[in-house]
Formats: sequence, C-alpha cells, structure tokens
Amino acid sequence: MSDLAQLGSAEVLRLAGLRKSYNIGLPTELEVLHGLELTLARRDFASLVGPSGSGKSTLLNLLGLLDSPTAGDLYLLGQATRLLDDERRTALRAQAIGFVFQFHHLIPAFTALENVMMPMLVTHGRPSAETITRARGLLEEVGLAGFEGRKPQELSGGQQQRVAIARALITRPALLLADEPTGNLDTKTAAGVFELFRRFNREYGCAVLVVTHDPRLSAVCDRTITLVDGSIVSDELHSRT
Amino acid sequence: MWIESTIALRFLREGRAQTTLILIGIAVGVSVIVFIVALIRGLQGNIVERTLGTQAHIKVEAPDEINRLAPLPAGTTRLVLETRRAQRLRSINNWQQVMAVLDGFPGVRAVSPVISGPAFARRGNAVESVALVGMDPIRYQRIIPLSEDIVAGQLKVGAGDAVIGRLLADDLGLKVGDKFRLAAGLGREAQLNIAGIFELGVRELDQRYVYLDLKQTQSLLDLPGGVTVIDITVEDIFTAQDAARRIAALTGLKAESWLDTNAQLVNALRSQSMSTAMISFFVAVSVAFGIASVLSISVVQRTREIGILRAMGTRQQQMLKVFLVQGAVLGLTGSAIGAFAGYGLVWVFNTFGPKLFYIPVAPTLVPLAMAIATLTGTVAAAVPARRAARLDPVVAIRHV
Repeated sequence: MSDLAQLGSAEVLRLAGLRKSYNIGLPTELEVLHGLELTLARRDFASLVGPSGSGKSTLLNLLGLLDSPTAGDLYLLGQATRLLDDERRTALRAQAIGFVFQFHHLIPAFTALENVMMPMLVTHGRPSAETITRARGLLEEVGLAGFEGRKPQELSGGQQQRVAIARALITRPALLLADEPTGNLDTKTAAGVFELFRRFNREYGCAVLVVTHDPRLSAVCDRTITLVDGSIVSDELHSRT
Repeated sequence: MWIESTIALRFLREGRAQTTLILIGIAVGVSVIVFIVALIRGLQGNIVERTLGTQAHIKVEAPDEINRLAPLPAGTTRLVLETRRAQRLRSINNWQQVMAVLDGFPGVRAVSPVISGPAFARRGNAVESVALVGMDPIRYQRIIPLSEDIVAGQLKVGAGDAVIGRLLADDLGLKVGDKFRLAAGLGREAQLNIAGIFELGVRELDQRYVYLDLKQTQSLLDLPGGVTVIDITVEDIFTAQDAARRIAALTGLKAESWLDTNAQLVNALRSQSMSTAMISFFVAVSVAFGIASVLSISVVQRTREIGILRAMGTRQQQMLKVFLVQGAVLGLTGSAIGAFAGYGLVWVFNTFGPKLFYIPVAPTLVPLAMAIATLTGTVAAAVPARRAARLDPVVAIRHV
C-alpha cells in the first residue's frame, strides 16, 4: 500500500511563476496569467473554476502543452517544457496528457473504437493486438461495449463524450485535462461522466483537472482551484466523503 | 505512414461529393491530355513515316567545289571578282573507306552508296528526262523498302535490267519486259530491259526515277568506280541533324539530314508539338489549381479535426503528409480514370473517326500521365497541407 501512496503523492505537474501574455510588443499587450504557482500530484482530482475571462482556457492550453508560456515554466513529469520545440512538445503531450473537450470532438470519419485508439495510432501507427484489447476494455468500462463499430454521428451526446474519455485514457496518461466535459450533457449523464473520472483517478492514478463553470461539479472534486483575473485566489481541499 | 494514409483516405471518402467532383475534373483533364498527345503523335508519326518512306535520313555528298585564292603578301589589298564554279557531277573520294566508317558510326542503322545523275529515257520518238539512281539493292532496301512498292515485275537491277516508276512507264508506254534507251549525254547510251515497275506514291519520284545497278550507272555517268551520294538511316530520326553534323565533321563531306531538307515540315511538326505541350501544360495547371482549391476548402472544413488530431499527439509532419497523400491519391485515381477515358476517345477515333490514319497509344503514355498527375496532385496539395500542419491547435480546436 505504501507504494501506491508514494505513487499517489508523486508530482505530475508543477507551475513555477507561469506567465502568459498576448500581443507581445504591441500597444495592446495584455498579460492574462500573472505568475501562477501550482502543483498537481497523481492522486489529485481537482477542478479549476473561475468566471469567464479569468484565464481558465489559456491556462488549460498551457497545461495541455498546446501553447507555451511567456515566462516561468511548466514542469510535466519533472520535465521543463517552455523551451521544447513543437515536435517534442507534441511527443510529450501524446505520452503524458489525455484531453476531454466540451464538444466531444471525435473524428467523424472513424468508428468509436478507432477514435479511442487514435492517440496510439498517430504515435505508433498500426494498432497492436494489445492496443485493440485495451481500447475495447476502455469502451466497456465507459459502458459502450458493443458500440465499437459505430460512427460518432450514430452515438448520442453522452455516448460520444464517453468515447472521448476512453480515448483520453488509451495512452494511460499521467494527467487528464477536461474542459467543461459535461457542458452540454444533461445532469444524469454528467454525473455518470464524473463518476468515470473519479474511477480512473483512483484506479489508474491519473491526475484529473476539470475546468468547469458548474459549482455542483466542482463540489464533488477533492480540490478546487479558483482563478480570478489571471491569479489563483484560492486552492482548497475538500474532505472526501 | 500508415496512419497518415488511413486518415487521408477516410477524409476523402467522407467528403464524397467533393472528392467525386474533383476526380471528374482531374479525369477530364487527363483524358484530354492523353487523347491530344496520342492524336498528335499519331498524326506526326504518320506524316514522318510518309515523308521518310521515300528518302534517306541523311545524305552524304562530296563538298561543293569552291574557288581558292592564292595567299597575298602582307600589306597588299585585293579586289576580287569571282565567278562561282559550276558544280559538276563528281564522286565522293574514297567512298569505300567513308562507307566503312559510317557502317560503324554510333546510331547509324543502314548505309547505302548511290550514284545518281541526269539522263534522258527514250522510246521511239518519246523522250523523258529522268534521274538515274545506281544502287546496290541489298543495301538500298534498308534505306527505302523499294520491293514493297513494286507494282509489276520484280526489283532486279544490273545486267541491263532497270526498274522504273509507274508514271514514267505510262508516259513511255512501257511494261515489264519492254526495252528502252537511256542517254546520259556525250554519246553515252545504253539499252535497258524493264525488270520491274514501282509506285512510291510521290509523283516526282514515280515520274522520274530509274533504278540501275552501281556499275551501269557509273559508266553512263562517266564516273567509273564512283558514287555521288551515301544514303544513311539512323536509329532515332530526330537525332539525324546532330548525326549529320558529326559525320560532316568526321569525313569533311557535305552531310544533310532530312530535318534540313524538310525544314518547313519540321517547323510545322515542332509548332504542333509545342502547342500540344502548351495545351497539356495549361490543362495540368488548371487540374492542379482544382486539387489545391478542393484541399484548401477541406483544410478549412476540417480545422477542428486537425486541432483534435494535433492535441492527441499528431506531429506537424504527419498532418502535412495527410494532405499531401490526399493530393497524390486524387491525382492517381483521377488520372487512372482519365487515362481510361482517353483510351476510349482514341478507340472511338480509330473506330468511327475519319480513318485517315490510325492513332497508336504508346504504352508509356498512360503510366507517364498518371505519374505526372500524381506528382501534380502532391505538389498542388503542398500549400493547403502546409496550412493544415501550421494550424495552431489551440485555435483549431475552438474553430466551429
């Protein structure tokens, strides 16, 4: 048990004085994030909340290595990332991060199973038997056994989002980033999706960071990070129930 | 490369209407190119074949005789009034050695020594001016397949036998086995037996040519042991000019290729080839623009998918390839259909057309057209592919 505890406290992500500005050098230069400090461990199941325009999306892009900071640095699995070139950032992203977006974002030309395997396909080419087994397993875990051959447009919104979650987990990422993952799902489906996050967090030791507007959802997380005007104004742990 | 091709093919299959339309566009373009190239090649081949059916590719003759001026002492000025020399009929010096050299000349297929000069053919009171052609039938046949054009008798020269053109035979009322007289001036005359009558289909030749063997012609023209022309055919007819230049430089003789003697025809053929090339080029350009515009639209339509793929670890290079492959596949598929259609057009022309000539389709034409179309497709895809690769994933994902 001590091994797991140790793994659980292992650092996944650390922000050190992270800053992001837009329109650098122009009269309209604007700093959106003002030197953020934050650490996420494997066991963390956190939500990121804040009003519109507080910089949540910008931060999420930085965390997902889709964008690079202006100053400070972001350590992912202990590796400094600010100066990585696109190639290496892409590789690190593929290996360490799973994404779940608000609008499911599946590739319509591929089946549910292929969509789940996509992160493996784009990095490793032809799927191995093990990848296929894992993808089927994940689809089963999100309750979509038997839907492998369906195209995204043949699935409901909730089903699509569950496929997207399975896809985010296929690479066994250290960090799962979810941007309003339940934004356009009904309450019941949304609760189911959260349940899945919770389970994967516990079973795979994958840190989860959910960006949400919904206070009810952030309440079920273990930790709530509040971002206002580009600064972290609070970072609270909830007692687990 | 597997995943890039898979994504590319899925994208093409998903955008079925777009893909079909552009494929039709490419196919039409390629079929036009295949048809017009085959048509012009067939036409030109036909014209060249007809022209070269009755003449050598290169004629080697003795150089013109010119006046030579004695060298002047330094500081002297000279005023020259020159009467240019009449070019008498004369033999090529050492033609046996020259022929031996030409026989081994690279690119030369056949060499035939010929002695030719003017004479009168007479029967009774009828007189016709003719051109004597003394030749060695075995060698000459390799230049002009005369036996194919014999309409009566046989190709037999020497020992008092001659072969004459059909129009000349008509003019003199001669048939095979008849006799006639040849007078080459200065009392040199001979009586000959008609062994065969030919018809080359060229009025000038059918009316004037009288074929004899070398020996008889040499004595008639008073050039014992001499030949006036060496006829040559080469492997590649369009290198004749170059070969002629090299032969002239090597032997010091006058060498003229069919390209020089048929300058007008060659000019017409060149212009035709150039206009074909231009039509092909512009059709290819418009096909390329078609592919580029369809893929550009596709990049815009798929911006969000590109963003997702990038977020999931697709590298820029891979994204680039996805669109390059689409261009290549469009080019390849479209050109395959187009080549097939082009073949169809050629077949229709050959079967139902005016039937003035037959269009052969070179076996290399279709693979060449397809290779060029595939390359064109890939190049045309370069601009949209670069745009796809350079899309900022952050922006792309939020694209609606």
